[in-house]
Amino acid sequence: MQTLLFLILFPILVACLLLFVKRTTSRYAVVVLSALAIGGASIYLLMRYAFEGAVYFAAPSETASLAMVAIEMALALFIIYMGAKFRNYLAIGLAVVQAALVVYLEMTFSENLHAINNLFIDQFSIIMALIIGIIGSLIAVYAVRYMETYHHLHPEVRDRQGTFFFVVFAFIAAMFGLVFSNNLLWIFFFWEVTTITSFLLIGYAETEEATKNAFLALVMNLLGGVAFIAAIIYLVAAGPASGGIDLAAVLASGDAAIILIPAVLIGFAGITKAALMPFSSWLLGAMVAPTPVSALLHSSTMVKAGVYILVRFAPVFAGTLAGVSVGLVGAVTFVVASAIAISQSNAKLVLAYSTIANLGLIAACAGVGTHMLVWAAILLIIFHAVAKSLLFLGTGAVENRIESRDIEDMEGLIVRMPKMAVMMFIGIAGMFLAPFGMLISKWAAIEAFVQVPFGIVFVAILAYGSAVTVFFWAKWMGKLITVIRGVEQIEKGFFEEPWIPLYIITGLVIAAAFLFPVISSMLIEPYVLVIYGVTAGLAQTNVAIMLLMMALLLFLPLSFALFRKSAKRLPAYMGGRPATADLHFEGSLGMTREAQTRNYYLTTCFGEARLFRPGAAVCIILILASWAFAGVAL
Amino acid sequence: MAFLKRSPWILHYDASSCNGCDIEVLACLTPLYDVERFGIINTGNPKHADILLITGGVNSQNRPVVRNLYEQMPEPKVVIAVGACAATGGIFRECYNIAGGIDKVIPVDVYVPGCAARPEQIIDGVVAALGILEEKRERMAGGARMKEEAGETT
Amino acid sequence: MNRIMGAVIFLILAPLLGGLIAGIDRKITARMQGRVGPPILQPFYDVGKLFEKEKVVVTTAQNFYILAYLIFIALSGALFFAGGDLLLIIFAFTLAHVFLVLGAYAAHSPYSHIGAERELIQVMAYEPVIILTAVGFYMVTGSFYVVDMATTTIPVILYLPGVFLGLAAILTLKLRKSPFDISTSHHAHQEIVKGVTTEFSGSTLGQIEIAHWYENIFLLGIVYLFFAWNPVIGIIAVAVTYAAEIFVDNVTARVRWQAALKSGWLAAALGIANLAILSYMVYGGA
Repeated sequence: MQTLLFLILFPILVACLLLFVKRTTSRYAVVVLSALAIGGASIYLLMRYAFEGAVYFAAPSETASLAMVAIEMALALFIIYMGAKFRNYLAIGLAVVQAALVVYLEMTFSENLHAINNLFIDQFSIIMALIIGIIGSLIAVYAVRYMETYHHLHPEVRDRQGTFFFVVFAFIAAMFGLVFSNNLLWIFFFWEVTTITSFLLIGYAETEEATKNAFLALVMNLLGGVAFIAAIIYLVAAGPASGGIDLAAVLASGDAAIILIPAVLIGFAGITKAALMPFSSWLLGAMVAPTPVSALLHSSTMVKAGVYILVRFAPVFAGTLAGVSVGLVGAVTFVVASAIAISQSNAKLVLAYSTIANLGLIAACAGVGTHMLVWAAILLIIFHAVAKSLLFLGTGAVENRIESRDIEDMEGLIVRMPKMAVMMFIGIAGMFLAPFGMLISKWAAIEAFVQVPFGIVFVAILAYGSAVTVFFWAKWMGKLITVIRGVEQIEKGFFEEPWIPLYIITGLVIAAAFLFPVISSMLIEPYVLVIYGVTAGLAQTNVAIMLLMMALLLFLPLSFALFRKSAKRLPAYMGGRPATADLHFEGSLGMTREAQTRNYYLTTCFGEARLFRPGAAVCIILILASWAFAGVAL
Repeated sequence: MAFLKRSPWILHYDASSCNGCDIEVLACLTPLYDVERFGIINTGNPKHADILLITGGVNSQNRPVVRNLYEQMPEPKVVIAVGACAATGGIFRECYNIAGGIDKVIPVDVYVPGCAARPEQIIDGVVAALGILEEKRERMAGGARMKEEAGETT
Repeated sequence: MNRIMGAVIFLILAPLLGGLIAGIDRKITARMQGRVGPPILQPFYDVGKLFEKEKVVVTTAQNFYILAYLIFIALSGALFFAGGDLLLIIFAFTLAHVFLVLGAYAAHSPYSHIGAERELIQVMAYEPVIILTAVGFYMVTGSFYVVDMATTTIPVILYLPGVFLGLAAILTLKLRKSPFDISTSHHAHQEIVKGVTTEFSGSTLGQIEIAHWYENIFLLGIVYLFFAWNPVIGIIAVAVTYAAEIFVDNVTARVRWQAALKSGWLAAALGIANLAILSYMVYGGA
């Protein structure tokens, strides 16, 4: 239990310390050391608890719960203050409603608000802890130098790096708390903390746009928070049959009909936090934040809190129409967000849409909730966190060098920033190509969806979704590896330190692809086995073939040696006009002109304007349907 | 094995022909003459082509184009000048903008006479070109072998 | 052991058979146009010649991607004939095509760039049908393994006529035949020079051609699976399907990419309708 408490409390200590560290070098030292401590502790957690199954701890609850309520009230006041300052009355309203509900809960049911075990750990928590502890702290390390450059490039932004890192580490602590809590009230508390921290980080630049988007995120997440607290009130009011505020007891409750309503409400909170449609706009708006924020909050950790809770409740959803509706929200989000990603040229927006899409896919798996799908969902969480954080950090690094986040401007990155391009290439491959992880999960998901009623709908959506996914990733990859001439290499000059997190995460992407059988058999399969009594996984021969493909891919670059010799180089064919290697050609009237190549965005087919509204409308209907189904089941 | 002779791919370029010869070239592809019988394909891409077949004389506008097309073709390659204009400039020879025959710009291996050249003559020219193409290939292969042997001895 | 033999036989025989089919294809096409046509062995002469030519590149990297394309196409075909998991095979197949596209991108040439984009549109157009085909086979035979699909005694085609029609439609795309030859054509002449293959010449172009032969045999293998309960009917069906493709090739003109994408996705919708009815029969009745 000490490790758990350490992981929750230590980041808070570091956060407070960082508030007072002013110099970048000393800040870097503090962040690196605490990252080592946090990462080390999460790995220790893995070794200590990996084979123990679910372990529950009766952590001291009285004082802690009291402190949490106090902090919640303080946060509500803070939101009201900020809402008043920026005249956002919706935020104030939601904060008041939420605070009122918390007070109501504390007043009315004060004697029922004790869980026996407040903390717990099982394999799924370990996986989440590893993601937060390793990826999260690597991003924090990367952020130190990034923020320095960021302020150098944006002198107009007020330098509040102390606060920035305070919030980042507070956020890491909250994430740990969220995945270790067995008390739903505690989960709710940490849930709210992540909402506030993301609000602060998105609004960091203090521009009008940043503030607007921060409030958008706040409002949507508060909406989810209201649903969350409503679910808790419902559970407590329903009496002991529901399991009260003890997460494990709720999930184990025999009375499926009673817990379905709170499950759907918490699922709704998960949908808002995971930015599924129609709430996707907050995640897109969040892209105004500095890139490490996007990587930390909006790819690898915070949005994962949303799908974490959905996957936790997957057994409740399994076999219910309400669950299918929640799953369909995810599935529709997956295909629509992937399709819109085609029409985007801003790298961060492509990443954002792809994140939304993948969260949708995870939610689809969780909503339908069979054992195989939960297995696939957890695998998706892992692979997505690793590959997506790499891509976000890579995009940030590139942006700091070329001062653009447009994919078109990344043309020929393989020549200009070779190391960076290779890493991003691996990251993108990790997102959609066999034999990397995301594809394994997609594969498992297809196999699993076929076996459930209504599964064909999901399979159909997945089939179209995978197709559009290939399109937008492959064209980005193509831009990166285009060999252009006549440019200089600009990789040097970027700070040395941020490379190390990038190298490590790149290593993790490859390692995850090699080690997924181990991760699966050690962590995911036991977890699934305990809940469903059956386990899932891929057939041995297929795993072997995947590993073989992976090895092949790693060795293929060696064949470059074959092509070095004796090939004559000619410039590209330009319709017979004499051209140089950098695509300058002799145009008419003796003018030298340049040909440029640009990707297809197919905006008329896949534009945001065309797809977002119908997608959001369908998702709203599905969310309402999930409530209706849950009500009918009662 | 000499596959080259059995699969000559042609790039057809109209330098400044009156279109008379071009129509005859295309006539070769029609069912009546069907040059695909000999594996001949009319490709639009110099990087895939073995034979550059040009009609019309060179003018100052397309002089660089003719040279570029020729340079874009991988070895071994041959050039066929089809028609009187491609050979010498023909009746346009004295025009202010005409440089003359194709051989003013790039080396020509086969000249097909006529105004316009008849399809039979064009096919005949291509067959003649195949012999030259094969010679060039042998020379190229020999050259490569010699280079390899030289590399081994050093 | 049998399975490894299947893979090895595929790796050795598929290029021979694929080349032969390409030769017959050209012959039949010529006859449809009232021509004599080239010798049946013409595709082999073409590829042989390509390997005799000088090596010319825009950038050396482009050849690397094509080698990877060839290897992964051969691998996915080999897995297919070894009776492996059809979904895995499809993913390996997609990987191979991404390599082809990357090769075209690497060359940084306007024509191959447009070809690459269009090739990606093609991938996007055919991918749903291919995945649905695998799913359909699973629903009928209860297995994703090709070995079970090939040895089934169920006449799969009777359960999956919609999926089969969908597959036949995207087969046109995959064989690079009209009206869907938007990224590059198996014919000589076309509008974007040579699309995705514009900048490849000599032995690299030869490798693309061989990969295409491998691919065709693999695709015809999938067609065969629909009729696998009776090998004689199966082989006849494959021949008839291919003949129909040649016919369509000769009587249609190239469409725009929008139409290609729509057709591919409509074909998938047909497959989905088929599977929905099937799943109603499986689950809905109970």
